[in-house]
Amino acid sequence: MNKKQKRALTKIIIAIVLIVLIKVSELWIDYESFCIGKFGLGKVILFILYMIPYLTVGADILKKAFKGIRNRQVFDENFLMAVATLGAIAVALAYSGDYTEAVAVMLFYQIGELFQSIAVGKSRKNISNLMDIRPDYANIEVDGKLEQVDPDEVAIGTEIVVRPGEKVPIDGVVTQGSSALNTAALTGESIPKDVEVGDQVISGCINMSGVLKIRTQKEFGESTASKILDLVENAASRKSQSENFISKFARYYTPAVCYAALALALISPVISLIIGNDAEWGKWIYRALTFLVISCPCALVISIPLSFFAGIGGASNAGVLIKGSNYLEAMSQAGTVVFDKTGTMTKGVFEVVEVIPDKESFISKEKLVEYAACAEIDSTHPISISLKKAYGKEIDRTRITDIEEISGHGINAKVDGHILSVGNEKLMKQIGIVTATPRTIGTLVYVAVDNEYAGCIVIADVIKENAFKAIKALKDIGISDTVMLTGDRKEVADDVASKLGVGKVYSELLPADKVSKVEELLSVNRGKKKLVFVGDGINDAPVLTRADLGIAMGALGSDAAIEAADIVLMDDDPVKISKAIKIARKCMRIVYENTFFAIGVKLICLLLGAVGVANMWVAIFADVGVMVIAVLNAIRALFVKRL
Amino acid sequence: MKKKYDIEVDCANCANKMEEAAKKTEGVINAVVNFMTLKMEVEFEDGADHKGIMKQVLSNCKKVEDDCEIYI
Repeated sequence: MNKKQKRALTKIIIAIVLIVLIKVSELWIDYESFCIGKFGLGKVILFILYMIPYLTVGADILKKAFKGIRNRQVFDENFLMAVATLGAIAVALAYSGDYTEAVAVMLFYQIGELFQSIAVGKSRKNISNLMDIRPDYANIEVDGKLEQVDPDEVAIGTEIVVRPGEKVPIDGVVTQGSSALNTAALTGESIPKDVEVGDQVISGCINMSGVLKIRTQKEFGESTASKILDLVENAASRKSQSENFISKFARYYTPAVCYAALALALISPVISLIIGNDAEWGKWIYRALTFLVISCPCALVISIPLSFFAGIGGASNAGVLIKGSNYLEAMSQAGTVVFDKTGTMTKGVFEVVEVIPDKESFISKEKLVEYAACAEIDSTHPISISLKKAYGKEIDRTRITDIEEISGHGINAKVDGHILSVGNEKLMKQIGIVTATPRTIGTLVYVAVDNEYAGCIVIADVIKENAFKAIKALKDIGISDTVMLTGDRKEVADDVASKLGVGKVYSELLPADKVSKVEELLSVNRGKKKLVFVGDGINDAPVLTRADLGIAMGALGSDAAIEAADIVLMDDDPVKISKAIKIARKCMRIVYENTFFAIGVKLICLLLGAVGVANMWVAIFADVGVMVIAVLNAIRALFVKRL
Repeated sequence: MKKKYDIEVDCANCANKMEEAAKKTEGVINAVVNFMTLKMEVEFEDGADHKGIMKQVLSNCKKVEDDCEIYI
């Protein structure tokens, strides 16, 4: 609790004690009987006694209300509470003589305010703890000693030291040491990531085991941790329709209820007067005052942004960065999910998936891969890299001579005295070999030894293990309209799509075609349902911006993707797509619950108040109780781990 | 030009009122108050004297919600 809250609590406690004392004293003393002649001194004493706790808790409100009037802010909630309670006192003075209600209303109002302030403060703290990735300092070695400096002052290219238990402050490359990094705060992934010399590390990770020396590659402000914090902090500035609705509603709600109160106080008594009945001013004014208490808009206004804030906070903790409340809202309405193949559903790196030695050559699979890797030793083509990776051993250079690369065909080389030809169909044709095309999907690399066909190696982009789960998870939450876009060949695309169970697939698209394809899909009327595009953000930034909602995945460290996307998945796990939708749906459900609950209860109370069923106690519940429940409900949006 | 300021305010509706007041201040194109992070983002007209404008924003905010603060 801060100072302000403590002061409010003290006042509330004093007021409660005073009220109890007065009530107890009333049991013993009959104040009403004190009279000086006809003048009821007892009444005055009672009035003064009750005014002490009233002013203890209410003086602030009265003061603010007065200031509000001076600044012509009539429908301010302090003003409403002041009028309501002073009115109740006046009614008590004129009729019942019971001031308890007026004091209690003020007291409960203050208790509600205090609770709200504490609850909001707590959730603010909870959420910022969740996103506790801001590094406070960086260690720099000066004359063999470590010195802590402000990370803002570290220049690019400086060597910093990160000890176990510390956060990596700035993005960079490991120059010394090896360790395991905890990336949970960034990606929601609980398995630590091993790093060693030469590996990229991003800021915000926690170093778990060894001391690391890191050469920084970015400034602190441009580093991942700072970027993410910035993004989440700015997220609430992009307000959702629900938020705009509620603040607009509040702007009309309060004045409307106040005028209704005025009408309620005047109409019936005036009509009664005209037809000659008793006006019953006290009864109607009391009902009108009840209206004023219900008219405070705070319960409505607080719970909606709080829900969004908690939802965005919870999501970022699960590795889903949402750049605005409006995107969270849109995400909950996702109807079509369009994704890019390479890098999203597949790993985006080529791997040897099959080795088919020729039956007549008696060559082993291992030997075939070894020969291919040897021939490709100097090539940096992705296919060569995957061949060398499949071989996995160091290649002895002295075995290879006479390397000749034929562009668009392949490579001829001499290995261990044999003439090797490694390449595509065209290369085989050149040396007079007719190849059979095996029934596999992928890129084929043929190998010939001494101009004799030896076999072929199939290289393909591998589907991510979680991709199957991702599509299934989307179907489970009712999104069966899935579309895959790719620049890849039709056979490859169709194969991946049918394996994954994707609804539609469009292949052989140039980057520009992807944009027009998405536009075409957008033109189909799907009501309120939104079209979501998921890509790895590397060359699909225009598509990300064009779709209703762009999701960049595995984008940690890629500024362009973070810039273009509306939602950023921090690791490259496609299951997170459905998780993000679930988070958004849960958050929106809470938002709707709160909106309907708060407005509903208030309207019911207004109705009951107008016919005289609800008294001021009910009214104060409608105000404070609803707010407490709405705030507690909003906090639920924070818990997304198990979705 | 956009600038961000820390603010102090107690209730969400008051934050909305501050936003309205800031928006109406001369020289301000747009203002967004974030009650959850207690921050106010103000977009100024080009070449405007933001210090002077912020003083005006603060005084306008004080008018609608006495109990608020902007750390300029």
